[in-house]
Amino acid sequence: MQVKEIRALLNKDLQLELKQKYSINSIVLYVFSTVFVAYLSFQGDIEPRSWNVMFWIILLFAAVNAASKSFVQEHPSRHLYYYTLAAPQSVIIAKIIYNSILMVLIAVVTFVIFQLFLGNLIIGTALFIVGLILGALGFASTLTMVAAISSRSDNNFALMAILSFPLMLPFLLSLMKISNIALKTSTIDLEALQLLGFVFGLNIIVIMLSYILFPYLWRD
Amino acid sequence: MRNYWWKILSILLLLYAIIAGFTIDIPNTNIGDTLRNVFYHVGMWFAMLAIMTVSFINSIKFISKGEIQYDTKAKEGVLVGVFFGLLGIITGMVWATFTWGEPWANDPHLNGAAVSLLVYFAYLILRSAIQDEEKRARISAVYNIFAFVILIVFVGVLPRLSTDTLHPGSGDGNPAFGDMDAQMRYVFYPAIIGWILLSMWVLELRIRYRKIENYLSEKELD
Repeated sequence: MQVKEIRALLNKDLQLELKQKYSINSIVLYVFSTVFVAYLSFQGDIEPRSWNVMFWIILLFAAVNAASKSFVQEHPSRHLYYYTLAAPQSVIIAKIIYNSILMVLIAVVTFVIFQLFLGNLIIGTALFIVGLILGALGFASTLTMVAAISSRSDNNFALMAILSFPLMLPFLLSLMKISNIALKTSTIDLEALQLLGFVFGLNIIVIMLSYILFPYLWRD
Repeated sequence: MRNYWWKILSILLLLYAIIAGFTIDIPNTNIGDTLRNVFYHVGMWFAMLAIMTVSFINSIKFISKGEIQYDTKAKEGVLVGVFFGLLGIITGMVWATFTWGEPWANDPHLNGAAVSLLVYFAYLILRSAIQDEEKRARISAVYNIFAFVILIVFVGVLPRLSTDTLHPGSGDGNPAFGDMDAQMRYVFYPAIIGWILLSMWVLELRIRYRKIENYLSEKELD
């Protein structure tokens, strides 16, 4: 693994994205339409608990949609080409970084659209933002690995949802608890810090597992 | 005798657990005789954890050595583990109906168990989605390692951190042992060992069955 390789691969992904503008545009549209549907059905009268649940479910589905394209948007033989050029560890780290950028972007966009339509119910903004960014990073690393696994099978999209939802539940549960605290108070208490630490630690574990295990998926 | 002493031990321990479990004096608590379920319900989870650990080790072995027999062991391990997990949920639900008034209470232990079972069901679906044997073995081994981490987080870590659980012994150590009566421990520990040994026995039988099946299907092709 080399920093040079990672940078080149990351650069390639970003340029591909900027050129096609496909995934970010489709995700923004997706988030916009789902939030709009939520807005229409709640008629502007939404309680904090529902706000929280809607937010994370919409973000979850947007994240799964965005990440499922990670390994299938390019032709399989192109992957063989990368295999001859770079170490597998560089490939997965570059993908995780790229997906992290994408996820943070999606999270911020979702948050802004939510503010626009369903109003701002968050009191502890700082805590919420930190949780949101940590959560987006956690989503990115988990989903990158699951996308790598499901891209190896024939039925990519259906499998992606089945494989990723249970793996993302620990993240989702603690993130919902964090934003529940942020919906109630502006102070950051010990429980919130513990939850943030848990999300961060789990993220590190997932990245380490991906780093160790990806070479075995890659070899074909 | 050298190879099957533990099977005899398993039968003896379980016989003891069943006979003593229903006859010993238990402390007079507000849940009455349903307390005796602790010898059977908790045993299922210990058996499941032991079997999943075996499956996890076999997945690691497959990844490092690449022999297909380890994949067979890992897969059969997950099947047996899921079976014991389902038994654990069923015995828990029967118990919960009597003690908490409903079969499924909103409790971190129950939800954690359900999520871990979901991950292992996803593992089985992943296996059926890939045709090539070698590829399937490799990819599902990777997923099995993830699944085990989730199992540890959801069954081992999260329920112990939570404060709003209905299970005993939360917050201050092991939910299974908690503050159990000394008299009951004489039955409880043998029962746990008996169930773990029984699950290993089931696993061994399934692996042998699978081996014979593979051998026969290869012979048919010749």
